[in-house]
Amino acid sequence: MIRRLMTTCAALLLCAALPAQAQLRILATTSDWGALATELGGDKVDVYTATTALQDVHQVNAKPSLVARARTADLVVANGAELEIGWLPVLLQESANPKIRPGSPGFFEATSAVRLMDVPTSVDRSMGDIHSQGNPHIQLDPRNIAAVAQALTKRLASIDAANAAYYHARGADFQARWTAAMARWDALGAPLRGARVVVIHKDQAYLSRWLGLQQVAAIEPKPGVPPSAGHLAELVTKLSASPPRMILRNAYNDPKAPEWLSKRIKAPVVTLPFSVGGTPGAKDLFGLFDDTLDRLLAAAR
Amino acid sequence: MGKIPFHVSVAACAAALLPSIGQAASDADVEALRAELARVKAEYAERLAKLEAQIDQLQPNPGVGTTAAVDQAAVAAPPAEPEAAPAPQAARSASTFNPAISLILAGNYSNLSNSPEDYAIQGFVPAGDEIGPGERGFNLGETELTIAASIDPYFMGSMTVAITPENEIEIEEAYFRTLALGEGFTVKGGQFFSSLGYLNEIHGHAWDFVDQPLVYQAFFGGQMAVQGLQLKWIAPLDFLVELGVESGNGDYFPGTRQDQNGLNGVIAYGHVGGDLGDSIAWRAGVSYIDLDAEGREFEDRNAAGDDVLNAFSGSSETWVVDAELKWTAQGDPRRQYVKLQGEYMQRKEDGDLSYTDAVSSLDGGYSSDQSGWYVQGVYQFLPRWRLGARYDSLDSGNTKIGLVQDGLLTAGDFPLLLPGSPTRTSLTLDWSPSEFSRLRAQYAWDDASAGPADDQFFLQYIYALGAHGAHKF
Repeated sequence: MIRRLMTTCAALLLCAALPAQAQLRILATTSDWGALATELGGDKVDVYTATTALQDVHQVNAKPSLVARARTADLVVANGAELEIGWLPVLLQESANPKIRPGSPGFFEATSAVRLMDVPTSVDRSMGDIHSQGNPHIQLDPRNIAAVAQALTKRLASIDAANAAYYHARGADFQARWTAAMARWDALGAPLRGARVVVIHKDQAYLSRWLGLQQVAAIEPKPGVPPSAGHLAELVTKLSASPPRMILRNAYNDPKAPEWLSKRIKAPVVTLPFSVGGTPGAKDLFGLFDDTLDRLLAAAR
Repeated sequence: MGKIPFHVSVAACAAALLPSIGQAASDADVEALRAELARVKAEYAERLAKLEAQIDQLQPNPGVGTTAAVDQAAVAAPPAEPEAAPAPQAARSASTFNPAISLILAGNYSNLSNSPEDYAIQGFVPAGDEIGPGERGFNLGETELTIAASIDPYFMGSMTVAITPENEIEIEEAYFRTLALGEGFTVKGGQFFSSLGYLNEIHGHAWDFVDQPLVYQAFFGGQMAVQGLQLKWIAPLDFLVELGVESGNGDYFPGTRQDQNGLNGVIAYGHVGGDLGDSIAWRAGVSYIDLDAEGREFEDRNAAGDDVLNAFSGSSETWVVDAELKWTAQGDPRRQYVKLQGEYMQRKEDGDLSYTDAVSSLDGGYSSDQSGWYVQGVYQFLPRWRLGARYDSLDSGNTKIGLVQDGLLTAGDFPLLLPGSPTRTSLTLDWSPSEFSRLRAQYAWDDASAGPADDQFFLQYIYALGAHGAHKF
């Protein structure tokens, strides 16, 4: 019995000894950072994205396929700021891959490249699902994408030094296209400045800051805590007098509460992709912002 | 650029300034220490300078990052976000290196139609005191405290103790684990829940039912905690292939500690897993447990109604097959999921069984071939609500007791070992107001004992305090 197991072990060990793939293997936790890694790494990288835009990244499980992917990853591109706290630490532990341990060059956190909003001065779970390091949903401000891209380019170049020039060239190309796109988005988004919006929770903080949207209320009384009937009724009373321009909802959010509110306060619900892949239009990072602005502008018209 | 020269020059200065220790006696160690000290000093000076530079860089940039500054930020062209990561804002104090601490509070109310005193899994040797539905009425559950942290770049350590309602402290797990072996290997040592099967590793607060499946209770006394070592390897493939072996002192059911210096037995397992499309994740495995027992005692009552003490010595071989499947509604924002799992176990024991009553002590052969399985499903139908169902079934087989076959005793002298086919059906409904709290109601129709079936009703609370728990598969 034991001998048979040993033989199997040995056979699998031989598989392990097969030459590693030439491409840099990247495990990205969200579709946004997966898309960015693809933009910057081109054909030198093999990117696997752990979640889709339709999933609440906080709720993911350390499922077997992810453990296997983490085992062979050269680089983990995570969001950070505790967004993946429920599953990434388990994944890193189970994968037995020292390359991607936090603190190693093979572990990159997007939030490490930007200044976070809403850093709480004190934390307590009675406040709901808050993140002690600040608001982790940084991807909806294009300036953050530019900052993360710069840091990630550097990281790619240092891990895969043989292709450093390639990464720097791609990085520069991306920054040029991104800067041009940002100028366009800034112009497009100008009419939205000052628009009063209702949000689900803090996911839109960075988008609001960038476009100058004014968040007048949140559907969740506390982050991660679904609204009670009483809270919704309160919102109706509060907002009926001066209805907001729109109610923002992410593709992965439950549509019920925002639609219920929409009917009563006469404000449209705008479904935003939130992440690459959240809507058919948000195919890549450029599409994410094109589609987000299209949808906001259509609702504001 | 100037890094190395700076380094070297400071090192040289520091070395020069150090008082010479009389006759150096060509002590290479002292020299090495000096050089090291100088290097460390230089490094700190450099780091300090860098930090100061960073602080300077951060100060004149107050706009970005505060909600109050919406307007400036909106008008501004892409601001020069500091490209180097801003220093983390966490307070740096003596507590920085404190381990992660989490505490589980649990308790239940049990309504049982039979007295738990009479509970037994018919046909199976009792596997310790953690079998059965527990006490009637209100019960404080086990208060579970976990403390874990990295020890250094090479090891992490974790301890979980359960404080029982009887005011006893029980070590559930206390182990180290390697961090840097590489090539997919990890070694774990100390006391840990064996990775056999699926449920064995999972702590009580993460179970989908109030109690363990009957087969776990009968075969491992609930959960097997190995005192020894584990070696685990994950294959570098795109789907999960995980192999492991464990061995230790054998002091866990069905084994016993033995009067020997070597290891007692081996536990070997393999797991494979992956995805089927975007919505389904699965895992399956086979485990083999080979342990020896020496004088593994259990109490019974003979045909005359007197208390007797029996003890088994011999070998015990167990096979476990497990399979799990989780379906998550990808596009469904209400986070519906279905989790199905099942495990089958088979055990063969061969050896001697001794019988001791008030007057005599007898010895004879013993062999058994027993099996059991459970299947369960949990369905999250609304974001915080889950329904679950489980079916347990065991087959005690025909246990051969030498003393009975030889006619020295009757089968009635071993009532616990009389053939049985215990079954149980459980239904559960739970509500989790947040990720850190869960309230559960469970009903079970338990036909494990020889007597009439037990109607069991439980209400349970589970609260998690402190460090964020892990979403294991």
